[in-house]
Amino acid sequence: MAGRTSAVGERLSPDLQGFKEVQRLAYECAEVVAARLKPGVTEREAARMQRDWLTERGVRDWFHLPFAWFGDRTAFAGFRIPLQFFPTNRRLEPGMPFILDMAPIHRGFAADIGYSGSLGLNPVQDRLMDDLQEHRALILAGVRERRPLRTVYEDVERLMVRQGYTNRHRAYPFGVIAHKVGRVRERRWSPTVFGFGTQSLKGLASDALHGHREGWSPLWSPYTFSDHPPQPGLWAVEPHLGFRGTGAKFEELLVVTDSRDPQESAFWLDDDLPHVRRWAEGKAA
Amino acid sequence: MGLKDARLRRVATGGVELCIAELGDAARPTVLLVHGYPDSKEVWSGVAERLADRFHVVLYDVRGHGASSAPQPLRGGFTLEKLTDDFLAVADAVSPDRPVHLVGHDWGSVQGWEFATVRRTEGRIASFTSMSGPSLDHFGHWIKKRMTRPTPRRAAQLLGQGAKSWYVYMLHTPVLPELAWRGPLGKQWPGMLQRLERLPADGYPTASLPSDAAHGAWLYRDNVRIRLRRPRPDAYAHAPVQLITPTGDSFLSERLYDDLEQWAPQLRRRTLDAKHWIPRTRPDQLASWIGEFVDAHEDRAGRAPGAVAPARAAARPDSVAGRHAERFGGRLVLVTGAASGIGRATAFAFAEAGARVVAVDRDAEGAARTAEMARLLGAPEAWGETADVGDEQAMEKLAAKVAAEYGVVDVLVNNAGIGLSGSFFDTTTEDWKKVLDVNLWGVIHGCRTFGRQMAERGQGGHIVNTASAAAWLPSRSLPAYSTSKAAVLMLSECLRAELADKSIGVSAICPGIVNTNITATTRFAGSDAAEERRKQERSSRLYGMRNFPPEKVAEAVLEAVVHNTAVVPVTPEAHATRWMARFTPRALRAVARREPRL
Repeated sequence: MAGRTSAVGERLSPDLQGFKEVQRLAYECAEVVAARLKPGVTEREAARMQRDWLTERGVRDWFHLPFAWFGDRTAFAGFRIPLQFFPTNRRLEPGMPFILDMAPIHRGFAADIGYSGSLGLNPVQDRLMDDLQEHRALILAGVRERRPLRTVYEDVERLMVRQGYTNRHRAYPFGVIAHKVGRVRERRWSPTVFGFGTQSLKGLASDALHGHREGWSPLWSPYTFSDHPPQPGLWAVEPHLGFRGTGAKFEELLVVTDSRDPQESAFWLDDDLPHVRRWAEGKAA
Repeated sequence: MGLKDARLRRVATGGVELCIAELGDAARPTVLLVHGYPDSKEVWSGVAERLADRFHVVLYDVRGHGASSAPQPLRGGFTLEKLTDDFLAVADAVSPDRPVHLVGHDWGSVQGWEFATVRRTEGRIASFTSMSGPSLDHFGHWIKKRMTRPTPRRAAQLLGQGAKSWYVYMLHTPVLPELAWRGPLGKQWPGMLQRLERLPADGYPTASLPSDAAHGAWLYRDNVRIRLRRPRPDAYAHAPVQLITPTGDSFLSERLYDDLEQWAPQLRRRTLDAKHWIPRTRPDQLASWIGEFVDAHEDRAGRAPGAVAPARAAARPDSVAGRHAERFGGRLVLVTGAASGIGRATAFAFAEAGARVVAVDRDAEGAARTAEMARLLGAPEAWGETADVGDEQAMEKLAAKVAAEYGVVDVLVNNAGIGLSGSFFDTTTEDWKKVLDVNLWGVIHGCRTFGRQMAERGQGGHIVNTASAAAWLPSRSLPAYSTSKAAVLMLSECLRAELADKSIGVSAICPGIVNTNITATTRFAGSDAAEERRKQERSSRLYGMRNFPPEKVAEAVLEAVVHNTAVVPVTPEAHATRWMARFTPRALRAVARREPRL
């Protein structure tokens, strides 16, 4: 799969290299924290572990602070208001699924990743993760064909329904499956508002303003404001499957360019990520 | 193998002779069935026959009943201590080396609790399945707890059970019960049971009923007052317990078992939509649950202490997660239209409750996928079957296959349906045929084939038909669809009336606007292909914006089966329009006249 869906092996511009490094750092953090999760750990503790680990490695600003969801909160069961996304005192139990979601900014480069796992065996979540592979391919194909983002969104949703799942990214603000990320200026003081970094919010707002004038949006949603072809830039894509009380997602950066060559017009920034490796191993086995 | 072929023997113990009947291979695990009051061991005949090919099944007449002799004098001869002596004598006679799996109904279960909680039987009982008979000690504590702090709820529970126990007070009067049983009551009893408890008329109760019932009165007189006044404080079960509660029991409240976990730590709960005499009315289900429980604990009993449980057992926990696991665990559920939408969500909800699921759809791949995911959710078994519900022959073939390979369906969900929109004059005969074939004939075929099997088995069941809020909501846009769904609603009501005395419930589910792919496949009569495509997309988006999940409809389906509800509107708009159809029909008619825009 490498080379076909991502830019691995090719030379990346220094900018993209920076984004790739911070994305790897974030995934490394997720794997380290996931390995440290034990029965009885709370969501707050898991979020704190991610935050501390990244802060130790030089992260000073955030697109959003780390989230952690355990048990049926991975499927956003009963979520009505955005405050419910924040980590709670829910404790991890054996067999429970969990999702770690973090968006650190390192040297001005932002990443936004999602990592799904379970404490011990969870066949249902295993299955969800396997089935996410098709979504990764579908999204890339849709973007390469330059189909309107809203249509791609609907294709993904249809695939989810066919697989027997529900679309849980609909629960995110504006129901987004993806949002744009960009470079952020490094400031000595980088406050967050409701878990989101002000610098990044500013970037998103300015994108929204530009987009509004030019007819596109930095939020990839099911609504009419996403009825436009893919906008060049970096998109953090996060399809989120829900199946009864279990949820699973991945989140990674998709590079969209204005190149005419389909291969060049869109590619995943990195193919050496835990979920992609897992599919490759599954195929080899 | 019937009770007629049973090997009979007699065992002398404590001044009486007990009559024991044995079926099946004596080398297999022993299942010991104890009958209640006023019964004899023949009450178990249906269950015993069904267990005999897998287990060593043993039944005995309790002292003073059936072919066993009565103690002399009767007073003081029926104490639980003496009944425990009897049990040990029988167990030693039929299974001297291995513990037995005890099953009790009514007074057999009351005794069973005594056996399973006193020290001297420890090691002789591998498992205990209790039906409709609480431990008198637990009952005593239950009453005490409610008497000492009578909150309104507790007082109501106390009064409720107090009223259900009327016959216990009657049995405490001297002489009169004996006279009644040996006189008119003994003659009337079989007929009363058939009428009130819906028991099959097949020669049971036996001729010994009058004397059984007269002797058995001493079960109450010798034990009830003593135990309820001074319940044992240490009545903890030393064997795993499976509690089967019939929800329609006229003599025992379900609330009696609320605190049972504290007395029986390894408790598995089951509920059954039936009246008191379940060994007679639900032998199939009981045999299956007893067999499953025995198998689960025979493994454990047979292995050396401390041995690790096999991986398979660890992966399948005793308690399935779903809310209705007590009710649907191990039952066979068939859902049509199960490849998507409400059907699929319903199949998943039943799977989560531990039911065995047959997913039927025209779309073979989708049905197989549903079955596969259902197994992942906790269904012990699940199958995908391909059939067009509108095709009579296909349905008959399917019904024959299901009956032969999976068994008689306990819950049938006739859910498959298609959408058809467009004005009456745009709707062609072809369109009408198509929508009626699936939406109405599909339900008819389902009820005729699977419903007939259910009725012929005579052990209850439930049929759920998916109607629609369109069944009572006139409109210019859905004439054909609404007509088909209104027919389904009325069919369900009629069927409910007809099947009530077979203990088969029928429910019509009327969802309303639910986010499924029915909109994407709806035929829009009078529109060309492009226009139809546009309308499908538009309506899908509207339904998506409404975003009522099919999972909630599935939840309503399970609730409808549990409570045997006749008509179930699901979404708020379904409730509101149903209310309007009843009380302000003219307002609905006025709205119906408006031309819909899509």
